[in-house]
Amino acid sequence: MVNPVEIRDLKVEAKTDAGRTVEIILGVSFDIAEGEILALIGESGSGKTTIALTLMGHTRAGCRISGGSVSIAGRDVVQMSEKQRSSIRGTEVAYVPQSAAAAFNPAHTIMEQVIEVTRIHKLMPPKAARAKAVGLFKALALPDPENIGARYPHQVSGGQLQRLSAAMALIGDPGLIIFDEPTTALDVTTQIEVLRAFKSVMKKGGTAGVYVSHDLAVVAQIADRIVVLKGGEVQEVGETAQILGAPQHPYTKQLLAAFEPAPHAARPQAKEEEAPKPVLEVRDAVAGYGRIGADGIPAIVALRSVSLKLERGRNLGIIGESGCGKSTLARVIAGILPPISGRVLLDGKELAAKARQRSREELRRLQIVFQLADTALNPANSVGDIVGRPLTFYHGKKGREREAQIDKLLDMVHLSRSLKHRLPSELSGGQKQRVNLARALAAEPELVICDEITSALDTVVAAAIISLLKELQRELDLSYIFISHDLSTVKAICDEIAVMYAGEKIEQMPPSFMGNPQSHPYSRLLHASMPKLDPNWLDKLEQDEELVRNFSNR
Amino acid sequence: MASSVPLAGKFGYRFDTVGMIGLVIILFWAVVAIFAPLLTPYPVGDIVDFDYFGPVSSKFWMGTDYLGRDIFSRILMGARYTVGISLGAVTIACFIGVTLGMTAAVIGGWYDRVLSRFLDALTSIPSMMFGLVLVAAVGSSIPVLILTLAVIYTPGSYRFARALAVNVNTMDFITVARVRGEGIGYLIRTEILPNILGPVLADFGLRFVFIVLLLSGLSFLGLGVQPPYADWGALVRENIGGLPFGAPAVIFPSIAIATLTISVNLLIDNLPRKIRDRSE
Repeated sequence: MVNPVEIRDLKVEAKTDAGRTVEIILGVSFDIAEGEILALIGESGSGKTTIALTLMGHTRAGCRISGGSVSIAGRDVVQMSEKQRSSIRGTEVAYVPQSAAAAFNPAHTIMEQVIEVTRIHKLMPPKAARAKAVGLFKALALPDPENIGARYPHQVSGGQLQRLSAAMALIGDPGLIIFDEPTTALDVTTQIEVLRAFKSVMKKGGTAGVYVSHDLAVVAQIADRIVVLKGGEVQEVGETAQILGAPQHPYTKQLLAAFEPAPHAARPQAKEEEAPKPVLEVRDAVAGYGRIGADGIPAIVALRSVSLKLERGRNLGIIGESGCGKSTLARVIAGILPPISGRVLLDGKELAAKARQRSREELRRLQIVFQLADTALNPANSVGDIVGRPLTFYHGKKGREREAQIDKLLDMVHLSRSLKHRLPSELSGGQKQRVNLARALAAEPELVICDEITSALDTVVAAAIISLLKELQRELDLSYIFISHDLSTVKAICDEIAVMYAGEKIEQMPPSFMGNPQSHPYSRLLHASMPKLDPNWLDKLEQDEELVRNFSNR
Repeated sequence: MASSVPLAGKFGYRFDTVGMIGLVIILFWAVVAIFAPLLTPYPVGDIVDFDYFGPVSSKFWMGTDYLGRDIFSRILMGARYTVGISLGAVTIACFIGVTLGMTAAVIGGWYDRVLSRFLDALTSIPSMMFGLVLVAAVGSSIPVLILTLAVIYTPGSYRFARALAVNVNTMDFITVARVRGEGIGYLIRTEILPNILGPVLADFGLRFVFIVLLLSGLSFLGLGVQPPYADWGALVRENIGGLPFGAPAVIFPSIAIATLTISVNLLIDNLPRKIRDRSE
């Protein structure tokens, strides 16, 4: 019997802007058996999505399949005409994209879009298709399956939309479904529901699947086998348990090691009597967006009376799901968004609400580093200019002295000095984030606010940035406020963790306390929802339904 | 890519053929405008031929006009007025428009709203009518022409630059610079301008063409450069009477206007990638 998927020596090449041809997939081969879910895992640029797209005979603009074969149910899609390929898309191979929100057309109802595949391929009458869709909605554990199809995409939550896009993929009864990072953009508590739904429909239908992800823990829950990719080549293939338990290839080991960073050795808290003045204190900060009403409260309140304290040389992690107000808090501290009420104190001295009103010295001592280095670095300025500007601005350094200091800063963040004349677009993601960090360090700050700085990076690169942060802290006596949605990164660097939910700080505790039965129910829920590398984690996970409902405001 | 860009590639702008043709024609007219007095075979105002609307001959390369003056000399001198006035006007218009546009995007709030509405109001007046009224009221002289044209084309340039700058303004690197405590001057000069330069240059070229055409239009109506001097638009007007005879006196100035405007268009459509795609 033929396997649903047989890939043999697949090669894909891409044309760069300069007109050069680069091989991005260098001869990849694997099979997928009936009913099996295979995971493609690797860092960005490893070719995992490129391979997944070739299963539909598709390549992104500028790329082409230059060799090898991709057989779907015994037919080679590489040799097919474009018309034949369209006929198999949706009926034999289906695709679940990363961002369901971008994949749905906001102008049509969900039902229309889910059954579109049956209309295009003339599979069944619309009435039958609708009935089938409702069945799928039930199987995917969507609320109100009878009527959810009548809604528009913006009327359902992100997690529901992702499950609806799976329904769209399943309606044509394909033999193979491609999941392209379907849970990456979701919050952890939502991710669990979506993963559960995917797993149950896939097991029931006996459909083969390809699951593309960079997250080993997520993959561990759903995949039967894992293919580890790097630089367009297969590094290791194996059963999920084997890859996680007994990895053979050094790269796989490295990936696993980066997943569980060593917990941070907490600095002992100073004794009560000699308690130093906190380097930063926030008292009852209230902030929001939109028009300010007659009662002085803005239309959308993002922060409801948050207070926190950070002692010099210690690190505070702020954790919470999207929309909990953690980035707003960072913006309030930095003076980007003036709070409605509440105070921010640096070293016991009150800071003005707006950054414009703060003195240059106050601004220098508090620096903020943003999540996306792509937008945080001016694409028109060279690395040297970007890092050098705070030197000139705060310290009045010029000429040779400035150049020497730039070199020193680049050394500090482990970047080659030769990168000084490059533009940000010529750097990798990790390098950009290091430049971003070097710019903050150039000001010689006392406190650095890191807003999700590792979230857009690959696991291995993120782990390197975290260890760099620790090293810099030892050398420069810095304090960090580390904002993240990822518990394991926060644990790796922070002495204290503040958990935020719906604009409020729920509690603050040492990392070891996280998950403790005495902690707040939401902290426990968050802790329990972080995927673990154990393949049975999802099946064993028992959640208090009541709790989930209370805290998933969707 | 890991390989670094060689220095030669960093400064070498590569044009494609069409852009090159445009550039050559523009440079040709620029040279003509600068050296016109040295190149003219006859003084501009002198009647040198007894015949009017004379044909092309070895003595008069482009024929003669309705008074028997040498068209070739008049076109060479006309280039001075057409190119000079337009260039002056477009430089002022773009400088003011782009600077105001960027400051409006950076400052926002009331400043942005008031400035935008004021310049929108200016846009709502038809440009030809505005020019007519203004020049007729104040009287035609070269500074008045330049300023009038600049005022007419500033709002468009402002709108264009503001739209681009607003997009750049939302980027995190602007927030970083603001939190650093940078002033408006630094923000617009170093953080925003380099990122909108490509489209702004293209807009500069387009606006130049519009100004050439409007100036020619004003001159055609008799409000441009005053006799005995004439820019190209005025030359067309003076000799319009020769059109039924197919006189070269009316055709050549028209060709001059066409070559300049078309070649500017060709150039900005084919700007070297390095300049054009800077903002990407």
